[in-house]
Amino acid sequence: MRAIHYASMTILNETQQDAAREDDGKYLVELEHVEKHYGNLHVLRDINLKVKKGEVLVIVGPSGSGKSTMCRTINRLETIDSGVIRIDGQPLPQEGKALAQLRAEVGMVFQSFNLFANKTILENVTLAPIKVRHMDKTQAEREAMDLLARVGVDSQANKMPSQLSGGQQQRVAIARALAMHPKVMLFDEPTSALDPEMVNEVLDVMVELAHEGMTMLCVTHEMGFARKAADKIIFMADGQILERGTPDEFFEHPQTARAQEFLSKILTH
Amino acid sequence: MDGFLSLFQSYNVPAAFLVNLELTFWSAIFSAILGIILVVMRISPISSMRRVAAGYVELFKNMPLTIIMVFMVLGVFAQLKISFSDNFDTNFFWLAVVGLSLYTAAFVCESLRSGINTVPLGQAEAARAMGLNFMQSATLIIMPQALRGSVAPLGNTLIALLKNSTVAAAASVATETSSLMSEMIEFRPDVIVQIFLIFAFGYVILIIPIGVLTTYLSNKLAVRR
Repeated sequence: MRAIHYASMTILNETQQDAAREDDGKYLVELEHVEKHYGNLHVLRDINLKVKKGEVLVIVGPSGSGKSTMCRTINRLETIDSGVIRIDGQPLPQEGKALAQLRAEVGMVFQSFNLFANKTILENVTLAPIKVRHMDKTQAEREAMDLLARVGVDSQANKMPSQLSGGQQQRVAIARALAMHPKVMLFDEPTSALDPEMVNEVLDVMVELAHEGMTMLCVTHEMGFARKAADKIIFMADGQILERGTPDEFFEHPQTARAQEFLSKILTH
Repeated sequence: MDGFLSLFQSYNVPAAFLVNLELTFWSAIFSAILGIILVVMRISPISSMRRVAAGYVELFKNMPLTIIMVFMVLGVFAQLKISFSDNFDTNFFWLAVVGLSLYTAAFVCESLRSGINTVPLGQAEAARAMGLNFMQSATLIIMPQALRGSVAPLGNTLIALLKNSTVAAAASVATETSSLMSEMIEFRPDVIVQIFLIFAFGYVILIIPIGVLTTYLSNKLAVRR
């Protein structure tokens, strides 16, 4: 396999890292008594969650357990029936300008990359800084090239998304989210749509980000990543949070039968 | 052959076709503008906007064009006294353009909506997740991709518009092809077959390039995913 040459490089610059480390202990993301139904299906049951600044939270669980839905409620791509979600102390606004502003503070990486198909790689990264942050075009492009270099796809800057491999597209998607200088990054199964040999190049970028102090919520099936990068693991099943703990606690001493069953199924082969 | 020659000598057939092309040209522009506004309303987050646009489309899509054209003359002009010009020909021409545009806009809206359905939901989600507002995601991300995906249905709408422009006769546009054809049939019943062939093939010749062009464009502009 190709050596990942950017592993030694940093993704965030010094000031971003300092900003990420300062006032640790403040809760950046809070969910209180969040409930959601799809018709008769109770997808989120009394979800309570607090994520500190700089913390890396990995959410695992069987398919259909509500982990993606929970991730998507945090920037209101899914609405909730009741409960409170706060980002950096502010309750999540309804539609409108305030919501758009808040979404700009929350980076999101999707399972299916969702790069803008009508824009080049560079334009994908510069679009939101220019249109939402009203950044000057040349500065946005300089920052974008910097970010693309750090995730190792700067040589592809003028190509269209469809010309890149899945792994490259997902790394661009991460750079695109980082270009907005988000307070927190949400990853919704970022490696689930990738060919196996491309999973690591994306995970390496995520591990690097985690070590640099970015606050992250990751929904994933990659247990290796969870062990390596997570500060805390959340185990969800049937719309509920069943366990929360450090990677060691969760992988070595799962408390509930549901978690033991889940782990035995994925770790035995 | 003599029949064709004498017809072309005594009637200005190309001038009549030119009137239909002019009707089509202006109606295409105005219906495109109105159609884009309608489709943006149809996908907007505001439900009253969606309902108004949906109501418009259902109303005009299901109404016979002839009725709209006759209404433009008898209702809008004769009753409501709305007039574009003191010159009768110019006035009826623009009344016909308005009627054709109102009618065709409904089909432009439907063509664009089929194009929007080819844009994966994830594109809009990514745009929203980055903090772009509705108008920004619509104009920068969704519509550019939807337009490329709706080239073929838009081409069909344009073809239908060109053929529908003959209904302008119902709005008293006396210079366009179907009016000229009626006139020719009235005065030259001896060459009726030739008269039909002139107009039938005239339209075929005009329309084939549109079909070829839209097929070419829809392949060339297709969004690669």
